[in-house]
Amino acid sequence: MSEVATAQRHRELGLTDSEYERIIDKLGREPNRVELAVFSLMWSEHCAYKHSRKLLGRLPTEGEHVVMGPGENAGAVDVGDGLAVAFKVESHNHPSAVEPFQGAATGVGGILRDVFAIGARPIAVLDSLRFGPLDSPRSRYLMNGAVAGIGHYGNSIGVATVGGEILFGEPYEHNCLINAMCVGIAPRKRLVRSAAAGVGNLVVLLGAMTGRDGIGGASVLASAELGEGSASKRPSVQIGDPFEEKKVLECCLELLDRELLESLQDLGAAGLSSSASEMASKGEVGIDLDVARVPRREPGMEAFEVMVSESQERMLCVVEPARLDAVRAVCDEWDVRCTAIGAVTDTRRLRVLEQGEPVGDMPVEALVDDCPLYDLAPERPPEPVYAPPRARLTAGADLRSTLLALLGSNNIASKRWAYEQYDGLVGSRTVRRPGSSDAAVLHLAHDGASGAIAMSIDGNGRRVACDPYTGAVEAVLECARNLACVGAEPLGLTNCLNFANPEKPHIAWQLEQAVSGLADACRGLGVAVVGGNVSLYNEGGGGPIYPTPVVGMVGRVPDPGSLPETGFVEDGHAIALLGPFLPALAGSELEALRGEMADGLPELDLEAHARALEAARAAVRAGVLATAHDVSDGGLACALAESCLAHGVGAQVDLDALVARVGEGEAEADALEVALFGEGPGGMVVAGPHDSVEQLVASLAPDTALILGETGGEHLTVETGATARLEIEVAAAATAFERGVADHFS
Amino acid sequence: MKLGVVRFPGSCDEVDALLACRRFGEAEILWHRDRDLHGVDVVVLPGGFSYGDYLRVGAIARFSPVMEAVTEFARAGGPVLGICNGFQVLCEAGLLPGALLPNTGLRFLCRQVEVGVANPATAFTRACARGERLSLPVKHGAGRFHASEAELDELEAAGQIALRYAAGHNPNGSARDAAGVTNAAGNVLGLMPHPEHATDPLTGSVDGGKLFESVAQHVTEGAAVPA
Repeated sequence: MSEVATAQRHRELGLTDSEYERIIDKLGREPNRVELAVFSLMWSEHCAYKHSRKLLGRLPTEGEHVVMGPGENAGAVDVGDGLAVAFKVESHNHPSAVEPFQGAATGVGGILRDVFAIGARPIAVLDSLRFGPLDSPRSRYLMNGAVAGIGHYGNSIGVATVGGEILFGEPYEHNCLINAMCVGIAPRKRLVRSAAAGVGNLVVLLGAMTGRDGIGGASVLASAELGEGSASKRPSVQIGDPFEEKKVLECCLELLDRELLESLQDLGAAGLSSSASEMASKGEVGIDLDVARVPRREPGMEAFEVMVSESQERMLCVVEPARLDAVRAVCDEWDVRCTAIGAVTDTRRLRVLEQGEPVGDMPVEALVDDCPLYDLAPERPPEPVYAPPRARLTAGADLRSTLLALLGSNNIASKRWAYEQYDGLVGSRTVRRPGSSDAAVLHLAHDGASGAIAMSIDGNGRRVACDPYTGAVEAVLECARNLACVGAEPLGLTNCLNFANPEKPHIAWQLEQAVSGLADACRGLGVAVVGGNVSLYNEGGGGPIYPTPVVGMVGRVPDPGSLPETGFVEDGHAIALLGPFLPALAGSELEALRGEMADGLPELDLEAHARALEAARAAVRAGVLATAHDVSDGGLACALAESCLAHGVGAQVDLDALVARVGEGEAEADALEVALFGEGPGGMVVAGPHDSVEQLVASLAPDTALILGETGGEHLTVETGATARLEIEVAAAATAFERGVADHFS
Repeated sequence: MKLGVVRFPGSCDEVDALLACRRFGEAEILWHRDRDLHGVDVVVLPGGFSYGDYLRVGAIARFSPVMEAVTEFARAGGPVLGICNGFQVLCEAGLLPGALLPNTGLRFLCRQVEVGVANPATAFTRACARGERLSLPVKHGAGRFHASEAELDELEAAGQIALRYAAGHNPNGSARDAAGVTNAAGNVLGLMPHPEHATDPLTGSVDGGKLFESVAQHVTEGAAVPA
């Protein structure tokens, strides 16, 4: 190719002119076609984090439980008994917006590989999904495909999908979000890093053949806005084969158990280019690869295509030459393809050969570390960025119809339609299934450990859009509160930052504010960030998505035998509200149903919330609570209704105290509405035998614990001043809740 | 009692089955390439997606080397339990009648269901009472039991539809609410619900244990069961 053609080509590949100049500078010459392809991917936003890396430095990454922090394929924390739990969340937003089934399926496949790449057996998947409102055919198409794709991959590979969340909003209509989190378990001694080591060792490719699928995915899809021509990007979406990955998974874990590998790395975005250069960079070595040795699915592939293909279900490992036969034997047993394609060198260069002839030669440092990092130019927007949501509730609706509308709304209604499509049981560890508690709980008895782990994934983009800093703090608090509902203390946190185009000042401001909020909340709760992912340029024809930081946490549950659940379990239990919960309509679901959107959320006292979480965990761990349920979307009224409808047990509550808490300066009717439907962090509904609950409440400060009432009957009745203000049959609440999402797919 | 759980490439619930079996006896994994069954008393074909199930559920697994030995074992009266994908493999192998089609809802479904014991005189149900209800999870996309009407009449008359979904619990549109079906001799049972996922109070019900208790009785006391 002529120099002129190459110079035009770098722009097509997403590199700026100054980035291209810098490549020439680092190479000391013009890159050839192979080198340009490799650089364009390694220097893409997706691989280089060039707009976010500086900000991410604000997140705390060290803590007493951390075994592996950011930079490895997945993070890992210590859970005692010689075991580590590995976990990470990653996005597959752009591919899923183009082809939801395969996009979501390969999103799951990719995050599973990240976890077994460090030697952990994947035991759970959680998904955080965002779509446009379900009355849009496009949203239903995307959700239908994504849920089926997640189920297809997770069910077929035999990893339980145990939790997650699905939220809806107009800004996600064109750019849905598919974030998948995987949790794995490993004996600590099996954990392996990805750094290549040992000059002269072999670089071995395991798994699927390499085809033209996903070529340029990292730069074409993940690092640019989706526009009119998105359909023509379909060939860039990878196709998943969970059966192949199942074999590769079992094979890799056996290879690690037999101590046959020096290092292991998955092939994700940018394929061999990224895997080989990351391994070489971390090991401070060089790698030679011969693309002619790479098994190919189709003939006539060029060297650059082999280097950047994103074909799924492939792993790269480093093996001592003397152990290659033993590696082959294990691979044969699992019917996994195993090909030595290169070697570790001392050159600190990534050299690409084709049948021994050099076709590319690049300094590893230039590929991995020298991509320019950009400063953001954050600027608070002078006026709201988002149009308010479409109104779905008429002003003046009474409390009963308001509650029914909330329970049946896309965001709050049961997601049973989705989670029933996922195998949540495989592995025989699932103590709490989806729908039965706010956090999934998996026991570790089969892994040789006592106790269990709990996990949750949370984020509310609309609230972050109202207030990026406070909204991000709330995401961390909500995740921690979901864990507290099963008595779990967070061991570590992973996050996925889903934002629009950071080159726009107001998006940069959202990103900067949200990362600050995450950092402060993590420090406030003493939780370290062990890994994560950034997905930028999430804007389609409809404008930017809501800024959506998604937070995943794993915590330890000492005794899974006596856990409360979300529902009221029997009549005659006392009901209490724990936590410094101060509801407000700003950013609430009710506000959204009314077609309004606040600018700003109430400030919160992080220390008070940290103390309250500690108290909530202690209360749950004491083993006296039958019910513990986080107050989140839809406020206290929805939390109570959800607890009632789980087992058809009614409740009578008196909200005088809460109305007084919120009521200063509000008319009484308004204060009741805020107490019922207002939202804010810190609330937890609990229930149990009267003695236990009353003792618990007496032991806590009055501004963080209120007795609300008692379970029983077939209605949820809310009183103030000894007068019933809201009465609803539990069966009617259940119908609204169960049909809200399901009816869109029947 | 020694149980063997077959692991095909793509099996997912083989460790779950192994753990459940070990609550009731000794158990080990049998590899799909094994040509003998290591002297086990009971064979379990577990759930999952054997060989990816890309062609048709169970269609490839039935040709694996271990299935020759399993077929011989079953024909000689050895007790064989096929769970979910294992049921599909047994139908493909001709060890059980009928076939399993995609669920009527055309979606994978994971939920707890109630199953009634219609025939307590089989190797895997003899510890149950007739009509006893078991709470078991199902999780499958192709669990709709199908056979011709004449065949279904014969199966019912012979007591081969040993387990039935309770009213309102049929998750997949199975004919005659069939949840579990045996061969004529009653030593081979295939079922879509997962008894191995119902043996630990911490993770759900313990009703699935009844099937393992039954086969333990069958092995220790011999096959003579009052019909």
